[in-house]
Amino acid sequence: MTSEFRLTVRENLAKAEVRANFYRAMDGLMTRRLDQFPDKVELERLRTQSMAIRANALSKLPELLEQLEANLTRNGIQVHWAETTDQANQIVLGIMQQHNAQSIIKGKSMVSEEMGLNHFLEALGIEALESDLGEFIIQLDHEAPSHIIMPAIHKNRVQIAKLFHEKFPDIPYTEDVDELTQLARRILRDKFYAAPVGLSGVNFMVAETGTLCLVENEGNGRMSTTAPPVHIAVTGIEKVVESLSDVPPLLSILTRSATGQPITTYVNMISSPRKPGEKDGPEEVHLVLLDNGRSNIYSDPELLATLRCIRCGACINHCPVYVRIGGHSYGTVYPGPIGSILEPQKAGLDVHGELTQASTLCGACSEVCPVRIPIPSILNRLRYDGVRKDAANTNTVGSGKRRTLSEAATWKTWAWAATHPALYHTGSKLATRFKGMLPTNLGAWTSVRTAPKLAESTLHERLKALGVDHE
Amino acid sequence: MNMTQQKPDTLYFFGTCLIDLMYPQAGVSAIQLIQRAGVNVIFPPAQTCCGQPAWNSGYRDEARAVARAQIALFPKPIPIVIPSGSCAGMMKAHYPELFKGEADEAQALDVAGRVFELTEFLVDVLQIELQDLGAPIKVAVHTSCSARREMGVADKIESLLGQLSNVERVEHARKPECCGFGGTFAVKEPEISAAMVLDKTTHIRNAGVDRLVSQDGGCLMNISGAMEKQGNAIPSQHIAEFLWERTGGNAS
Ligand code: SF4
Repeated sequence: MTSEFRLTVRENLAKAEVRANFYRAMDGLMTRRLDQFPDKVELERLRTQSMAIRANALSKLPELLEQLEANLTRNGIQVHWAETTDQANQIVLGIMQQHNAQSIIKGKSMVSEEMGLNHFLEALGIEALESDLGEFIIQLDHEAPSHIIMPAIHKNRVQIAKLFHEKFPDIPYTEDVDELTQLARRILRDKFYAAPVGLSGVNFMVAETGTLCLVENEGNGRMSTTAPPVHIAVTGIEKVVESLSDVPPLLSILTRSATGQPITTYVNMISSPRKPGEKDGPEEVHLVLLDNGRSNIYSDPELLATLRCIRCGACINHCPVYVRIGGHSYGTVYPGPIGSILEPQKAGLDVHGELTQASTLCGACSEVCPVRIPIPSILNRLRYDGVRKDAANTNTVGSGKRRTLSEAATWKTWAWAATHPALYHTGSKLATRFKGMLPTNLGAWTSVRTAPKLAESTLHERLKALGVDHE
Repeated sequence: MNMTQQKPDTLYFFGTCLIDLMYPQAGVSAIQLIQRAGVNVIFPPAQTCCGQPAWNSGYRDEARAVARAQIALFPKPIPIVIPSGSCAGMMKAHYPELFKGEADEAQALDVAGRVFELTEFLVDVLQIELQDLGAPIKVAVHTSCSARREMGVADKIESLLGQLSNVERVEHARKPECCGFGGTFAVKEPEISAAMVLDKTTHIRNAGVDRLVSQDGGCLMNISGAMEKQGNAIPSQHIAEFLWERTGGNAS
């Protein structure tokens, strides 16, 4: 049976324009990243250092989260814990209700996507407006992000121009990027002044100082976190680091890996609400810490590496599967290699397990990952969890659920044959002799390839004939 | 680093299941190249498959059973040479994981530590010297992802070809990108695999070469199968066979 994923992939592979958009964009991102790391030795050193920083933080996650909460609280930032996305949404709603807020302006936040916050609020008649340009564009078109850093990367300039013209018919049609950007800025500027609550994501949380670090290029993040009287930051519990000195190396590798920038235009370090006598900044700052399956991932010493992720998107940019099928094919919040390891663990292998299969394990992702997450190894482990008989021995959600009798029987037979050499080799030999009788239509394989051609005789036979030492 | 960088008297050859059935002459050529350099080759006849297909499908018990049967075939402390980055990667990088905590873990680690991918062995250990006797030819090189990233030996095939004076290597677009084979991936996600191999064949065709060479049978089977289906295929060959032919071995 053809899975839903494969059907979506088929559809998206057929969209030539979108595919071209991804190709062009990913090529550009790969080149820009490469240009930022002229010194390979330095790059590898920085990757090792960054991995160590994240691994260290995760190794003491419970303690660091406690310390973080204490320091944030001391700084006047209110901390909320949410085990599920539903709880996180309720917390945001509760804060908004306290302030009778009927709208919220958002900086870019993948965790809010994970929460489905916009839909949740809109269902209650509350406006949630995206202020990141890419997010703004896809919100206009009622789409989900197709990339974690560049949410509208599947659209090209002309498509965006047409979309703007359709949504804002009073404004003259233009394909000029600057004009389009200015248009969005003008619309958003008024919204920022009026919004009672601003929301943002977080890149790193510093336990030692109780600081929230947020990087961005458009200034909308700074606006979202400073202009409205209330700022709500939402993020996952894994984003904590131990000390302030951990931040510069991570920032340096994050922005270079993500967009090929030495540093982003804005680096925000948020350490408290507005203090008495200060002229700007929000009166209240809240942090919502979301678990949503992360502690479960944390409980497995091997899968834990998944949580090192700093969401740079480099694995996505370099993925030969992603560039072809695009972000929407995955049917998840996080696409690409990181999505293929994270989403099946969060939602369960029974829900998104097929994503573990949507990889050739080529390793282009782990080769560039700034925190050295062994993505192919994790995919392999999740494939194992998906089909293992002793599902009770792992915490992975949905483990064992992908095991089918027919596949299990196939591998059993294969293993039996490959451990009985005499029989195996008779079989191989016979296959080469009777290859004319083998099927030439092998379904998926032969739709774009000829059937594998067996040789006239096997290597085993040829070496025997040549008298190679068989010992 | 492998246990020995010195030229051994004798080594084990693991032919791989794919070469056994589809590219046996590549296996023969690899052995002849090694023998010509003065090293004796042992080919344990009971060898079948490294176990990778099951390992990558999540069937670890089955993979381990098959891997265990291979491990038993290499008792002597001599190198094990494999004409495939993918199978070499399986033994070298994944046997240690597969046997973690098993009674025979030490044996698995010992085998893993003695594994060499063929081109790596020819260059680093045998320091083979090649003299090109063939006519001028343009080739494209496809290095498998396992040879490139898991084994880290992408430069070896290039340096071997670099020794051949009449061979011009022509670079193709997106060279380091995966060809879309991925073992069972090609049949589990055939649409994506097809899109990948189509692009790969296009890039190779655009390079205007006479031949495609690779150190992995899986990629060759994928890329050449696609080119044959498209028609007007560029001939492709395993690097071992190509080297043997170019340097005076009797062409098959
Ligand atoms: S897995 Fe690595 S490369 Fe991918 S987004 Fe996370 S940090 Fe970046």
